[in-house]
Amino acid sequence: MSKKVSQEKYEKTRSYRMKQWFDGTRDPFLNTVEMKPQKVFSEDKETLERRAEDRKKLRERIYDTAGNTEVRVFRKFYRVASVLFCICLVVMLLAAVSGLPTFGNPGNPVNNEVAARYIENGLQETGAVNIVTGMILDYRAFDTLGESHVLFIATCTVLILLRLDKSKKGSHGIGYEAEEDRIYEPKNDVILQTVARILVPPIVIFGIYVILGGHLGPGGGFSGGAVIGAGLILYVNAFGFAKTERFFHEKTYKRLSFCALACYALAKSYSFYTGANHIESMIPLGTPGAILSSGLILILNICVGLVVAGTMYTFYVMFRKGAY
Amino acid sequence: MAFVQNFPFMSIILSLFSGPLCSILSGRKAKWVNAAVIVIIGGMSAAVLGFVLGTGQEYVYTMGHFPAPWGNEIRVGVLEAVMAVFFCVIMLLCMLGGIREREEEIEDTKQNLYYIMVNLLLSSLLALIYTNDLFTAYVFVEINTISACGLIMIRQNGRTLVAATRYMIMSLLGSGLLLLGICFLYDLTGHLLMSNIREQVALIHANGSYHIPLLVAVGLMSVGIAIKSALYPFHSWLPDAYGYSTLSSASILSSLVSKGYIFLLVKIFYRVIGFDIVRDSKVINVLFVFGIVGMIMGSVSAIKESNIRRMISYSSIAQIGYIYMGFGLGTTAGIVASIYHIVSHAATKALLFVAASGITEVSGDSTDFFDLTGAGYRNKLSGIAFTVGSLSMVGIPVFSGFISKLLFAQAGVGVENTAKMLPTLIALAISTVLNAVYFMKTVIRLYTPEKKAVLEKKEFKQVKMTEEPAKSFALICFIVLNLFLGLSSEPIIRLIENGLNMFA
Repeated sequence: MSKKVSQEKYEKTRSYRMKQWFDGTRDPFLNTVEMKPQKVFSEDKETLERRAEDRKKLRERIYDTAGNTEVRVFRKFYRVASVLFCICLVVMLLAAVSGLPTFGNPGNPVNNEVAARYIENGLQETGAVNIVTGMILDYRAFDTLGESHVLFIATCTVLILLRLDKSKKGSHGIGYEAEEDRIYEPKNDVILQTVARILVPPIVIFGIYVILGGHLGPGGGFSGGAVIGAGLILYVNAFGFAKTERFFHEKTYKRLSFCALACYALAKSYSFYTGANHIESMIPLGTPGAILSSGLILILNICVGLVVAGTMYTFYVMFRKGAY
Repeated sequence: MAFVQNFPFMSIILSLFSGPLCSILSGRKAKWVNAAVIVIIGGMSAAVLGFVLGTGQEYVYTMGHFPAPWGNEIRVGVLEAVMAVFFCVIMLLCMLGGIREREEEIEDTKQNLYYIMVNLLLSSLLALIYTNDLFTAYVFVEINTISACGLIMIRQNGRTLVAATRYMIMSLLGSGLLLLGICFLYDLTGHLLMSNIREQVALIHANGSYHIPLLVAVGLMSVGIAIKSALYPFHSWLPDAYGYSTLSSASILSSLVSKGYIFLLVKIFYRVIGFDIVRDSKVINVLFVFGIVGMIMGSVSAIKESNIRRMISYSSIAQIGYIYMGFGLGTTAGIVASIYHIVSHAATKALLFVAASGITEVSGDSTDFFDLTGAGYRNKLSGIAFTVGSLSMVGIPVFSGFISKLLFAQAGVGVENTAKMLPTLIALAISTVLNAVYFMKTVIRLYTPEKKAVLEKKEFKQVKMTEEPAKSFALICFIVLNLFLGLSSEPIIRLIENGLNMFA
């Protein structure tokens, strides 16, 4: 049997204070915290009724689910048919895969002169220690040129879909605040801000390192750009858009990506043109392993990195707020 | 190497470059840049066509310092150059025809985004035409898909958003299957370059090894492209996407985007797999069956439709069916007919879309069939243009549609496999009658005079040719193009045959 301690005595013990801290009623630094129970999310009767009515109307107008036997029969048929179809597809693909050359076999058709030249001569021909970078940015640079434009056009499509332009902002009707939560800046969260202050500089610097070292080791424009983009997103979450707008605006993004893509296209046009016309390229490859080496690859990596970072950040901003 | 030979590469890079350029320009400037780019590229492609016809030989152009299996390369022959010129002409006319609609339907601040989409779409089409590398083709298929989505949804009403979502899902499924097929082929052959894959596939086929994976690869790529170009059972995205997007988007999508994919399929059949192997694989028989079903079902849906733009869209499904039926015949004549139909359908369908917008404009912007009564009198040029397009679609002599139907029929009669002969001819006949039902119905409606009282009540306006010079110019060009294709088809057919010979 434990000793019964009086309430007063108990309130002085450590365990009671621990319990208080745990419950959140008292903070060791700020003393007693005034507790506000979280508001239960509730809608007033009117909206609820309106919503129910809407739903009913929808069902009545569009779907006549109750009385429609055709729909029910079709649904059952659809379920059975889709399962059967999937099984057929799986069997077929499995049969096809089992007929493929054994994975990892040295005699496979994949291990031909193409891969051999990449591995054996890649370093001399492109000057990039990282063969993969040499492959995507030198041997097959045309594909990567297309790929970076894929990112660019994806951003443009997101802009079409989500960007709110000033002309479109209408009256502040019912439910404006609920819908337009994007107008609220993130709260000044001390923990997030402290962490961001510590983490963002290393993240961005690491991203830059990954981009610049793309031809020397694992990394490159795509991965480094993604790291920088993540850093920017963390920053904007902690400090709000007012701060990022000082250095990163829509115009900044557009000019940045235009410059990067134009630079990429120009650089590669030069090498495509000289290559096809059998003109000697004037670009030195440098000593493999040095930071300034491997011809155009470093510049192309920077271009790709800028585009990727801008794309990541723009995606986030568009989904968060619909405007820069 | 002659300087002209650089033009294909330059036109791809120029259109790629102009995309980001438009993002920093205002909408008005972007419009001019876009028009200039299309004209310049059209001119360059024409020069390339002249050069290739002069030498009578295809040539490959190395993209960079590394020769083909290691680096990228593009390949230019007669057929590629013809397609490039033709696509530029159609794209320019579509852009001209839809100027007013674009300015009304797209927000001012998003105008320049539209031109980014169009420029990059053009570059992806050019790259699909010229590339000699399967993976490059896939990369540009991605650009093509995303920009087409952008073109659909830039006019933001609920319908286009739903249509764009649907298009996105179906099109990504198609891209996925195409990519899977490319992976299979790469695993079997170890190459991505079309000519090298073909050598390896011929070896594999001769050995008789890897029979099933090869068949599955061909099937996956065909189905992927069939989904992306809306072959019959995969067409559900099409009517809304074409029916509600802004005018130039609808006409570009119907006349160029789906045709770009079909051209890629021709390349895959001829230059990657080898047409004999494709024919032996029986995949084309499947395409044949679905093509025929599509020819009938597309027309039936079009007859049921009362919205004129959706009707024209359903008609596209039927026409895509024709093209796949031509592939399915498995003869060179069939492929020639299909490629000719790609050209003639692109010219006619864009004409119909532009003319339909002129007609609905004078009917209170209503696309409903009954509101169009007598619209041919209110907007004379559009009425004439719509009639020309309809007659061409039905296959009346003098117009381009007649020639393609004739070619299909000739190919059908000449096919060795007699089991395919009768279905082809019967389907052609039925489909022609069905085409006539809905197109002639509309034309008659256009020229049935409307009562004056109704006209005054609904306040329909009259539009003269000179009010919208750009659209009138586009319509006249389309009509001339149609007549040209219909009256002097011989040289074009010869060009196509010449190009296909270079393919094989």
